[in-house]
Amino acid sequence: MFANPFKLKKLGILGMNNRNINFIGKYNKRKNFPFVDNKLKTKQLAHEHNIKVPQLLGFIQFQVEIKCFEKYIENENGFVIKPAQGSGGKGILVIVAKKDGKYIKPSGESLSYSDIRRHISNILSGLYSLGGKNDIAVFERLVNFDEAFEGFSFEGVPDVRVIVYRGYPAMAMMRLSTSQSDGKANLHQGAVGVGIDIKTGKALSAVQFNRPIKVHPDTNKDLKLLKVPYWHEILHLCAKCYEMTQMGYLGADIVIDKLRGPLVLELNARPGLAIQIANDLGALNRFKKIDEVAHLHKSIEEKVAFSIETF
Amino acid sequence: MKSKNQILLFSIILITISLSLMAYKVKYLNFPLFQEETTNIWNIEAKITFDAKKNQSALISMALPSSQDGLIIINEESSSANYGYTNSTINNVKRAIWSKREVEQGEQVLYYSIDLIKDKYYKTKPIEFEQTIETQDASKPIIQAALSLLDNIYNKSANSLSFTSLLIQEFNSKEPSQAALMIKNNYMKTDIQKRDVLIKLINKIGYKVRTIGALYLEDKQRNISLTPMLEVLHKDKWYLFDINKGLLENSSDILIWQRGSQFLLEAEGVKNSNVKFSVTKNIVPARSAALSKDVKNQNTLLDFSLFVLPNETQNTFKLLLLVPLGALVVVLMRIFIGIKTSGTFMPVLLAMAFIETQLLPGILMFIVVVTMGLIVRSYLSHLNLLLVARISSVLIVVVGIMAFVAILSQKLGLEYATSITFFPIIILAWTIERMSIIWEEDGAKEVIQQGSGSLLVSILAYFAMTNNTLSFITFNFPEVLLAVLGLIILVGRYSGYRLSELYRFYTMVK
Repeated sequence: MFANPFKLKKLGILGMNNRNINFIGKYNKRKNFPFVDNKLKTKQLAHEHNIKVPQLLGFIQFQVEIKCFEKYIENENGFVIKPAQGSGGKGILVIVAKKDGKYIKPSGESLSYSDIRRHISNILSGLYSLGGKNDIAVFERLVNFDEAFEGFSFEGVPDVRVIVYRGYPAMAMMRLSTSQSDGKANLHQGAVGVGIDIKTGKALSAVQFNRPIKVHPDTNKDLKLLKVPYWHEILHLCAKCYEMTQMGYLGADIVIDKLRGPLVLELNARPGLAIQIANDLGALNRFKKIDEVAHLHKSIEEKVAFSIETF
Repeated sequence: MKSKNQILLFSIILITISLSLMAYKVKYLNFPLFQEETTNIWNIEAKITFDAKKNQSALISMALPSSQDGLIIINEESSSANYGYTNSTINNVKRAIWSKREVEQGEQVLYYSIDLIKDKYYKTKPIEFEQTIETQDASKPIIQAALSLLDNIYNKSANSLSFTSLLIQEFNSKEPSQAALMIKNNYMKTDIQKRDVLIKLINKIGYKVRTIGALYLEDKQRNISLTPMLEVLHKDKWYLFDINKGLLENSSDILIWQRGSQFLLEAEGVKNSNVKFSVTKNIVPARSAALSKDVKNQNTLLDFSLFVLPNETQNTFKLLLLVPLGALVVVLMRIFIGIKTSGTFMPVLLAMAFIETQLLPGILMFIVVVTMGLIVRSYLSHLNLLLVARISSVLIVVVGIMAFVAILSQKLGLEYATSITFFPIIILAWTIERMSIIWEEDGAKEVIQQGSGSLLVSILAYFAMTNNTLSFITFNFPEVLLAVLGLIILVGRYSGYRLSELYRFYTMVK
């Protein structure tokens, strides 16, 4: 039932306390947190650094502006509303289509105009932000995700999570939503995590609810067949995120748009530990290898090359 | 790992400071470490009786004891209805003075009582007392006998102590010498006479000696007189002798009421005056003894303690000082075990509410309020309200539920009904709001997980905060908070695995 802590240590598995003290606390400077925690700032910063992100349609900061929200989405079929300072995917509303004045969620459920207004109002009131402080609702163009993932995900956008440690892509996984996760990509809600080989972008192993699986529970597609397209571009994109935010322990969420290729969907200053289970591999050993060479490599290219070569 | 060492050092310093302050209070201020500890307070009452003389004003004065090494007087009280009462110091001796213009006929009674506690660390400055020794006319054969006795004993002795011991032994022995017997029969009819003669004899040799009236601290003594004793100087220190027992090595059981040759009782305008003593032992909690002692000691450390606060504030602090204990439980549960709670310190607030409501009614109330709150909240979400308005509505509903349950349990005759108002309602309203969001986004499982996690941690915090020993220690030794702080800081650098992670990563170990 319980693992021997010494064995976990030997496997190099990163624990929550260790992560908080020796990685987040040590490498993520407090003053850089807003670059990551505030999605609006992340977007603006990404534009300055030429990093591709889903297109911003607009944002709403004050309750009185809510009734104008339609002007941001009038030309869009699908769109996403998120709180600028939400965490853990909380408060993200995805609309895939508009039909008869109703807004359709990926699950097929339809929402009315007032449902959307209420959601925006909740965001502004700070329901999803840390400590309940007032927030901003951000409107994004819906990503048309690449066909490469056809059958691998159920009712949701699959994304690639890469842990970037001191600028080196250290570990990667794909998060595939399932019917159980209600279209969400959070592993603890039942999404499938697939460990991705840093070298090739191919699937290594997969888990759901911490248990190894072989096929997608909804589509029965063999998860071994999963191969992430644009893999090297993705690795470069992640490494660039480190240059942009100066966060030494960073989780970058990448989605692949049919037309635009890999986009940085979101950055995370406190990425979770489930990626280790998906990869069936402890993160500490890789971090140690990076620590040994961190002073040698200056450019993004060198760092990515080291990761590809080593992991 | 420089900061790690710093933290280690810092917490060790904090813990050491706290423990040494505690040790000091326990050892030197006699603070009890456990609630059950009791100490003895000796109550000594002097009962002065006299008869009035017609048409005369009365003036009665009595020598009073002062604190002595090992014995602290914590309270003095005179009860003397209708008498004027003052204190004065004459020749370094404190005296109580009662006065009255016209005294009624019949026996009059005045009381004077003191409370003492023993404290082996207590030292006072010795005070000089007036001692006059009158010479006494005696017949020639007696003087002769006395001189030969003194000569004999002087030769056998080495110093004032051994001389006095031998002298007392001589008079107490079953077969005293002829000389001793003669003196005894003529001049030692009472103990007081015996003491006074002994003093004269010792003084004759040239040793410094003085009169003492003392009381043995033995429980339940009524109507006793002061035991006549004497003190002899040896190498700048006075040694106490019981005239029947000899040198008293350990004087911690003896209260010296009167020193020197002043009269114990002086009475003008009255007749048949007399003073009798009674000694009683009272058992009181050690803390109140330590505290009443403090009034006299004026210890700065205690002077800055919580006991100087008014009672009501003290009670508030009794509760407040428990919060760090609850926080410690939360820290341990989250860092070592990894239990999920909704809101970091919600469990501590809940535990504080449980203290007021009792545990079981509190848990029941929590479940009832949250469940009903969630139901109401799900209805309110249809009304499409702004967040603040919605939470406020939930808040009002929570108050309403509480009032309803209070009235209901009052009707059913349940005692705890009214105490539920201690629930932190704003926290509860927010908790309900967040839980309902979690319900919508992450499902009921997550809500139950976080809700039961919060409840579990708050129950544990409740037990830590209601533990008698712990709460007794935090209130009497608030410095223990430094140790708690040190411990929390130390735990704050724990980078090992949580218990929940051993479960979570179980599948990765094959």
